[in-house]
Amino acid sequence: MAAASEIKERTAAIAAEYTHLEGPLMPILHAIQHAFGYVPEESVQVIANAINVARAEVHGTLTFYPDFRREPAGTHVLKLCRAEACQSLGADQIAAEIKANLGIDFHETTADGALTLEPIFCLGLCSCAPAAILDESRVIGRIDADKVAALVAEVTA
Amino acid sequence: MTIRIYVPRDAAAIALGAHEVAAAVSNEIVSRDLDASVVRNGSRGMHWLEPLLEVDTPSGRIAYGPVSVADVASLFDADFLNGGAHALALGATEEIPFFARQTRLTFARCGITDPVSLADYEAHGGLVGLRAAIAMTPADVVTTVTDSGLRGRGGAGFPTGIKWRTVLDTAAEQKYIVCNADEGDSGTFADRMIMEGDPFVLIEGMAIAGLATEATKGYIYIRSEYPHAIATFEEAILTARAAAVLGTDVLGSGKAFDIEVRIGAGAYVCGEETSLLNSIEGKRGVVRSKPPLPAHEGLFGLPTVINNVISLASVPVILAEGPTQYQEYGVGRSRGTIPIQLAGNIKHGGLFEAPFGMTLGELVDDIGGGTLSGRPVKAVQVGGPLGAYFPQSLFDTPFDYEAFAAKEGLIGHAGVTVFDDTADMLKQARFAMEFCAIESCGKCTPCRIGSTRGVETLDEIAAGADVDEQITLITDLCETMKFGSLCALGGFTPYPVMSVITHFRTDLKPTPAAQKAE
Repeated sequence: MAAASEIKERTAAIAAEYTHLEGPLMPILHAIQHAFGYVPEESVQVIANAINVARAEVHGTLTFYPDFRREPAGTHVLKLCRAEACQSLGADQIAAEIKANLGIDFHETTADGALTLEPIFCLGLCSCAPAAILDESRVIGRIDADKVAALVAEVTA
Repeated sequence: MTIRIYVPRDAAAIALGAHEVAAAVSNEIVSRDLDASVVRNGSRGMHWLEPLLEVDTPSGRIAYGPVSVADVASLFDADFLNGGAHALALGATEEIPFFARQTRLTFARCGITDPVSLADYEAHGGLVGLRAAIAMTPADVVTTVTDSGLRGRGGAGFPTGIKWRTVLDTAAEQKYIVCNADEGDSGTFADRMIMEGDPFVLIEGMAIAGLATEATKGYIYIRSEYPHAIATFEEAILTARAAAVLGTDVLGSGKAFDIEVRIGAGAYVCGEETSLLNSIEGKRGVVRSKPPLPAHEGLFGLPTVINNVISLASVPVILAEGPTQYQEYGVGRSRGTIPIQLAGNIKHGGLFEAPFGMTLGELVDDIGGGTLSGRPVKAVQVGGPLGAYFPQSLFDTPFDYEAFAAKEGLIGHAGVTVFDDTADMLKQARFAMEFCAIESCGKCTPCRIGSTRGVETLDEIAAGADVDEQITLITDLCETMKFGSLCALGGFTPYPVMSVITHFRTDLKPTPAAQKAE
């Protein structure tokens, strides 16, 4: 993990790229998370200074949105859709099998740090449910526990 | 002449292997030294056939699907480049009954063109609406939209033209067009498909809205769960800017309009228009009290048109063809067409654009082909997580805002999610409350606290408590949430819950484990 001073320096540089926008906080938080994999505590005051708001405002926004992490995730992040269309084709049962296979629950990371499992509410893949997404953009339709296990094995090999 | 092979880039097609199939097709073209190229189009919306390959032949486009990587070589062997026979051959794409029965106005180009080719867009009727709008006064553009009868496709069904009129009539130094692309309802994907399959129609619609209301700046708020839509839309914006469709002088009109993409961060409530505005401003996605209306004091306190993706994407065809043609489709006060999304446990899932008025039964049984599992349909949830569960006895309900409201349901964003007879409706009711508890912004008490109490009450039923007493309690709670919540999240969560109580009362019983324990 990067040293606090380095995090602050990089945060200031990233934030500066967005300060010309109207309402720059969300784009900044996304950019910080993209850079570090999460939004470090050390970044919060630096962001607040950059856009001239109170630290509490940044904290408030940061903690409202489920996408923003306060801690690093595993190397890969697998998100399983829990919403109704996926439920109609057994998503709950499949999620239970995947959790059992990985030995973790939602919001947890495997012991080797390779994979974090999270729920997601709708990927817009409701016509090819149940659906999942791996990392930033690898979408998978008509999942079952075996298909997911093969995918996890492929990326964590 | 180079033969074009179409392999969709729509996320649903990708989720079913379209990238791998496209790569395999490209490899075969090279290894067989053929004069053919791959075009990554949008989806035709027949998702049970994805990846759906199409070949441009002299007699029109011929479809093959669903294609897996293992099928690709055999397609070439069967001379599919000339429409050859193959087990996966579906004939002319537009003669497939699911497609042939549609009326495609908003989705006229989706799946046909290369989504990021502006030349393709124009060759298929694009920019006609914007050019027409440029030649009109803003007030006349607004009148055209009002006369078309277009109502907000996000779910509320508010007349789009009235919203625009309010913003046009409100003087300000800066006004905004905000496109709500935070399509969070399960069972819906129309916004995603248009952003991935025909992004220029949305850009054109937003530009027309800008001209009509004298707003020079547009924002589109796309949910982070849609990475492909974000990438395609951003690419289209750059192309549109380079061609002066966006910028300081829109198509030589002397008027400015530009669009900026903002990305959500996983909060369902940001699909509510005022919390979306707060999110763009960098705040917590907390709902605002209305009034003031966004049309008067919206983004950054300035007059703002906030419309759903499909509302805005329907505007170009209305301007191009005139309001009468659009208005002639539909029933009652629901005019025009609606892209209906068939989802969940359904045989023929996908997008079906049709005039308002088809019955729910026609959509699920005839168009959708019944359940994927082959079991009987038990319930259909229309309108996402805040929509009611309808039993088969309500299948005669026509797809129309008022007809659904009369049956204690809602159309919402027109997602139709089918469940077979294995569904446990007590569990579905509980999920509705749980989802509300997870996603509540926390501003109003009925939603924040009521949803948690709702989960507990339904758990009491599952655990074997007096069912009648709990139903009385939850009915009262639902009344409070419906009338006391600030926005549709708390206000509409009672719809799925009460629909289970009304139509699936026999499912409200202790779970087998709890029964055994007694």
